[in-house]
Amino acid sequence: MSDEKGAVNEPSMLVTSSSPHIHCGTSVRGTMRDVLTGLIPPCIAAVVFFGLRALALIAVCTAATVITEYVCRKMMNRNNTIGDLSAAVTGVLLALNLPSGLPFWQAALGGVVSIAVAKQIFGGLGFNPFNPALVGRAFLLISFGATMTSWTESDWKRVERVPEAGISAPAEVPQPGYDVVMTTATPLGEVKTAAKRGEKPDFVYDSQMRWKLFIGDRNGSMGETSVLAVLIGALWLLYRRVITWHIPVFYIGTVAVFALCLRLAVPDMAMPVDFHILSGGLMLGACFMATDMVTNPVTRQGQVIFAIGCGILTMIIRCVPGGAYPEGVSFAILIMNAFTPLINKMVRVHRFGEPKRGKAV
Amino acid sequence: MRVVDAPYTFRGGVHPPEKKELSSGSAAVELPLPDLLKVPLSQHLGAPAKAVVSVGDHVRRGDVIGSAAGVISANVHSPTSGTVKAFESLPSPAGRVVQHCVIEPDGQDERSNELAPFADWESRTPAELIERISAAGIVGMGGAGFPTGVKVNPPPGKKIHTLVVNGAECEPYLTADHRLMLEKTERVWTGIRILRKILGAEKVCIAIEANKPDAIELFSRIDSDEGVEVVVLKARYPHGSEKQQIFATMGFEVPSGGLPADVGCVVENVGTMSAVCDAVLDGKPLDSRYVSVTGEAVARPGNFIARCGMSFRYLIEAAGGFSVSPVKIVAGGPMMGFAVSSPDIYVTKTTSGILCLDERHTFEYSSSPCIGCGRCNSVCPMRLLPSEMACAIEADDIDGAAALHVADCFECGSCSFSCPAHRPLVQHFRRAKGVLTLRRMQKKAEEDSRKKTEQTHGSK
Repeated sequence: MSDEKGAVNEPSMLVTSSSPHIHCGTSVRGTMRDVLTGLIPPCIAAVVFFGLRALALIAVCTAATVITEYVCRKMMNRNNTIGDLSAAVTGVLLALNLPSGLPFWQAALGGVVSIAVAKQIFGGLGFNPFNPALVGRAFLLISFGATMTSWTESDWKRVERVPEAGISAPAEVPQPGYDVVMTTATPLGEVKTAAKRGEKPDFVYDSQMRWKLFIGDRNGSMGETSVLAVLIGALWLLYRRVITWHIPVFYIGTVAVFALCLRLAVPDMAMPVDFHILSGGLMLGACFMATDMVTNPVTRQGQVIFAIGCGILTMIIRCVPGGAYPEGVSFAILIMNAFTPLINKMVRVHRFGEPKRGKAV
Repeated sequence: MRVVDAPYTFRGGVHPPEKKELSSGSAAVELPLPDLLKVPLSQHLGAPAKAVVSVGDHVRRGDVIGSAAGVISANVHSPTSGTVKAFESLPSPAGRVVQHCVIEPDGQDERSNELAPFADWESRTPAELIERISAAGIVGMGGAGFPTGVKVNPPPGKKIHTLVVNGAECEPYLTADHRLMLEKTERVWTGIRILRKILGAEKVCIAIEANKPDAIELFSRIDSDEGVEVVVLKARYPHGSEKQQIFATMGFEVPSGGLPADVGCVVENVGTMSAVCDAVLDGKPLDSRYVSVTGEAVARPGNFIARCGMSFRYLIEAAGGFSVSPVKIVAGGPMMGFAVSSPDIYVTKTTSGILCLDERHTFEYSSSPCIGCGRCNSVCPMRLLPSEMACAIEADDIDGAAALHVADCFECGSCSFSCPAHRPLVQHFRRAKGVLTLRRMQKKAEEDSRKKTEQTHGSK
């Protein structure tokens, strides 16, 4: 009877899958593409401040991670997953966590470790307990400490002074010999070395310096220096709902509170609160690394605990005077990554209709 | 009556594209009788009705063809006059094999007068009205099909203070309840008054989602009794779920594992209200309903007043047939409906929609491992942890899932809808719930047999 009406064509094969029958349209690939888009501003900033070598380094790292992903999956006889773009995200993030002068082969090795050791050994995306890019960075930092901490020459400490300030401008010119060893430090590195000697850092933290830290005109890993670029990328991720505000806000908030307490406790030694927020890799870490969904907890409450933990650990590593590292963001996140399964187990959400605590069921 | 915004809202939920514009503008069309009607004898939750007619019998519209078997069951009536041709075992929309009574209409559509109209319903006792509702085979028409006569007769000691009338229709695509509220406002309202009398409820909340302003407007014009208000819910899925709706209108959480009656509420769908009115005022049993035939694969999406036992094929043809070859036909809405294996499935009392989806919505099923984004956990309206439950179930740890309260899941589908890794979360939970039910039944059977053994031994 259907043929006569013409409009009805007999369905050949009907799919009978389980409900729901519609989907919001997100995918792992789409999510990763959004993260890559969000990483464009920090990449641009890296090229602006560190030159074309930054671009080359990003390319090397990304190529290394993607090829490693492909080879690992092939060797393990599993499906090819480079299409989900997660390896590319790891590559770009790793590059943004490296100094621009790092030899290419070391960067490539970092990429191989990120994917092979930190991700594929555990079974690939979703099973890695630690953020692969941060594992790669930690590996490089421990293996190649010299190249990983020699920052490209930058005159970030020079502040153009108006003559009537009364202080002799040449004081800013580095002493001979001192130059070679010290001018290549990051702001946080300065603070740490000074603290070890029980001194104040030899730069003036004023509004010009703040601005330099904010736009990224300073030493540091390629992607971390420009707070502005990271913020633009983070806004994109928030807009695309790849991340929520909870982790960045609680992470940065904890650092701020910690820094404020220090400032109140030891006013002449501690740096201002905004210095701790603007310097180092905090912004990049809080917006792009701690928010890595695979390695942070799966509930809001858990994410808040995770972020607070990251903040406290970051400040402990940064501020303990005898500590080996001037910056603690990557180690803080890696340590909290290890706590993620525990936090997931620990956090219990009050479910709908659950009897209130203490009340008889 | 007073219109108020819902004072509360549940946490979680999703905003799927509504797609209601496909069919919301088309008034319901009463369909001519087809050559054959195949009436399922189980159109409700609980025990299937027992056939009380035999092949060759002549039946009139409204004659009981299947009588309720047990407490939780419902009568099934003949939707027209004609001859019983056969009994066939066919799949139901939900995929179970159910006995269908095949009736060949004689074209007279002659009514039986088994149930006398209660023109004076206001002077009838609640017991009489409940008996009528049960006799008319009325079940919840929102989807679950729980026998209404049982629901409005709560166990002694449970006082019902509020009747919540569910006109949310939060499922995308479906507009049957919306059209019914527009076209049968008076009947729905009378049904509400009847049910309020039965329950002795002080308050009535007519819950309608904000995306149906015309229906809200119509109800607001009714000269109402004391304590009745229209509660406007924010358009968000699943506001039509009874637990979420009670919370949105009153702020009570129905306890886990409990029923709305535990917090003094009864939730009934607007379609059920209209059916109650038909049964009481006209003595007309529930044998037809509003059905949306919609979706991108249908030529002229619209609403129809379909008799139970009409085939999906017949309704789809009435809607102009397929415009493109459908990839999926769903009984109900896209979030909780059942995908059927062929158009030769028959309308029941709970078929709110026939949704024909094209290939745009039916992607090749390939799910990848959980990336821990936690979206499922934040959209779950029961505030469960779908990601953790699914992990447990994949490791075949059903007890682990039970400890995470998988039994509270009502399969709304918000988690699967939002999962970027396309994980079959609802499917996992359905399996776990099935295993738990099975275990409970086995345990009960074991206990029963043990008791039996003890008794026999004891008597010896």
